[in-house]
Amino acid sequence: MEQLGIFVIFFASIFTSNILLTNFLGMCSYLSVSRELKTAWGLGIAVVFVMTVTSVANYFVYYYLLVPLKLEYLQYIAFIVVIAALVQLVEMIVDRVSDRLYAALGIFLPLITVNCAILGSSLFLVIRKYDLFQSLAFGLGSGIGWLTAIMALAGIRSKMARRSKVIPALEGPGIVLIVTGIIALGFIGFSGMVQIN
Amino acid sequence: MNAFLIPALSIAGLTTVLAIIILIAERYLMDYGEVDLHVNDKTFHVKGGNTLLNTLKEQKVFIPSACGGRATCAYCKVKAVSGFSEVLPTEIPLLTKEEIEANVRLSCQIKVKNEAAIEIPEELFRIKEYRATYELMRDLTYDIRLFRFKLIEPAHIDYKAGQYIQFRSPEYGEVSEPVYRAYSMCSRCEDKDHIELMVRRVPEGIATTYLFDHLKVGEEVVFTGPFGDFYLRDTDRRVICVAGGSGMAPIRSIMMGMTSQEIEQRQPIFFFGARSRRDLFMVEEWREMERTNKGFTFVPALSSPEPDDDWTGETGRITDVISRHVRDFSQCEGYLCGSPGLLNACVEVLVSQGIPEERIYYDKFA
Repeated sequence: MEQLGIFVIFFASIFTSNILLTNFLGMCSYLSVSRELKTAWGLGIAVVFVMTVTSVANYFVYYYLLVPLKLEYLQYIAFIVVIAALVQLVEMIVDRVSDRLYAALGIFLPLITVNCAILGSSLFLVIRKYDLFQSLAFGLGSGIGWLTAIMALAGIRSKMARRSKVIPALEGPGIVLIVTGIIALGFIGFSGMVQIN
Repeated sequence: MNAFLIPALSIAGLTTVLAIIILIAERYLMDYGEVDLHVNDKTFHVKGGNTLLNTLKEQKVFIPSACGGRATCAYCKVKAVSGFSEVLPTEIPLLTKEEIEANVRLSCQIKVKNEAAIEIPEELFRIKEYRATYELMRDLTYDIRLFRFKLIEPAHIDYKAGQYIQFRSPEYGEVSEPVYRAYSMCSRCEDKDHIELMVRRVPEGIATTYLFDHLKVGEEVVFTGPFGDFYLRDTDRRVICVAGGSGMAPIRSIMMGMTSQEIEQRQPIFFFGARSRRDLFMVEEWREMERTNKGFTFVPALSSPEPDDDWTGETGRITDVISRHVRDFSQCEGYLCGSPGLLNACVEVLVSQGIPEERIYYDKFA
C-alpha cells in the first residue's frame, strides 16, 4: 500500500478496479439510465464531476476534522452530508454558469446524491490511506471508470434494442445484469496491467 | 460528557457550515435581479430566476398548464423570441421538429434569467384569477364528488361549455407549497356567477385530498381560467360524446349549453362508461334530459357489472357499445373525456369508423 503513483491509481481505478464492475457500486442508476447513449453520457459526466469534487472534499473533512477529533466512526454521516451539500452547490453553480451544461446535467445531479458509488469512492480513499493527490486521482479515475462502464452498457443495450431477440423472461434487468457480468469478465483481462488492492 | 458533546457538536458544526455556504451561494448565485420580460407588445419588470410559467403567473398572465410544471401535458407552449437557453432534454419529447425551429418552448421548463421576449396568443390575457366561495358538495359515487363554487371577485366568468379551470390547492398539513390542478367545469355556462367541478378522489393526491378532506363549506378558494379548446364546434354534424368517470364533467356542461333546437338538429348521443353500478351516477338527470329534449340519447354502459347490480343496459367495452349504437359515422364529431386508455381506444375506433382525427376533440390532463 506504500506510495502508489497517482497514474497507477488513476488507471487502475478505471480498468482493473473499476468501482462499478469490480465493486458493483452505483448499480441502481447504472441499470436504469443506460437505455440510451445520450442520457448515459449525461449521467456519466455528472458522476465524474461529483466524484472528483467529493473525493477531495471528503479527504479534507476526514483528515482535518474527523481524525483530529478522533471521530472516524462518524465518517458515514459526515461524508453523506458533504456529498449532499456539494451536489446542491454544484447544481447552483452549473445553473448560473451554463444553461447548456445545466440542461445536460441538471436532471442527473440530484440522482447522484444517492448514488452509492460516490460514497464508496470516499470510503475507499480512507480505507486505502490515500494522500490528497492520490485521492484526486482515485476520484477522477473512478468517475471515468463508472462513465466507461455505463457507456459500454448503453452502447450494447441500444444495439440490442434494435437487433436482439431477448427471451421474455430475461427482458429488462435480467439481460442487463448478464451483459454487465460479461463486461466485468472482459475487464478482468486488464488485471495484469496494474493492481491497487 | 465530551464523548457525546464533541461528536454532536462537530457534525452540527459541519452541517451548519455547509448550510451557510449553500445559503450564501443561493443568495448570490440565484439572484438575477430585476429583468425585463417582453410579452407581445407589453413589458413586465420581473424577478429573474424563476420558470417562465411562474414568472408570468406572478404578473397575472396565465398560461394553460394541466400537469402543473412536470413537462407532461405540453399545454404551456409559448413562442420564445429571445433571451432563453437552448432546448432542454425535458422538452425534446414534447416538441415537434417544426416547433423547435419556430422557437416554441415549454414555459414550465425554461427560466427567465435576463432580458427576454416571448409571444403568446392575445386571448391568454383574458384568462383571469378568480376568488370564489365553496358553496356546496354532492357525493356522486363513493369516490366522485361535485363541488359548487360561487364567484366573489371577479363576480362573473365567461367561458365556453367544455373548458377547464386551474384550481389552486393551497398549502396544508405536510404540503408546503400550492399546486395547481386542472378540472373541467361541469356547470351551465349561462350561470356566470357559479362554477361546478366533478372531481374523482385520487389516493394520496395533493389537490383532491385538499378538496375532499380539508376544504370546508364557506371557505374561499382561488382558480384561474378558463382554458382549453374542448368545446362544442359550431357545425351541423352529429355529436358523439364519450366519457368515463369524472370525465362526464365537460360533457354535462356542453349538453346543458345546447339549445333544444340544436339538440334536435345535431342528434347528440352520449356514451358513459363505468365499471359497475356503483361507478355510475347522474343517470336520472340524463334520463330527464332525454325526456325533455327530442334527439338526445344517453347510453350508460358497464364494463364489468357485479352479479347483484341487476343491470339490463349495455355491457362490454365502451368502444363496442359505440359501434352497436351508431350506424353512420360519416357526418359526426367526437367529444371525448376520460382516462388516457379510454381516449386512445375511442380515438382509434372513431377514426377507423371514418371520423377524421381533426374532428375528434379531447383534453389530455394525465
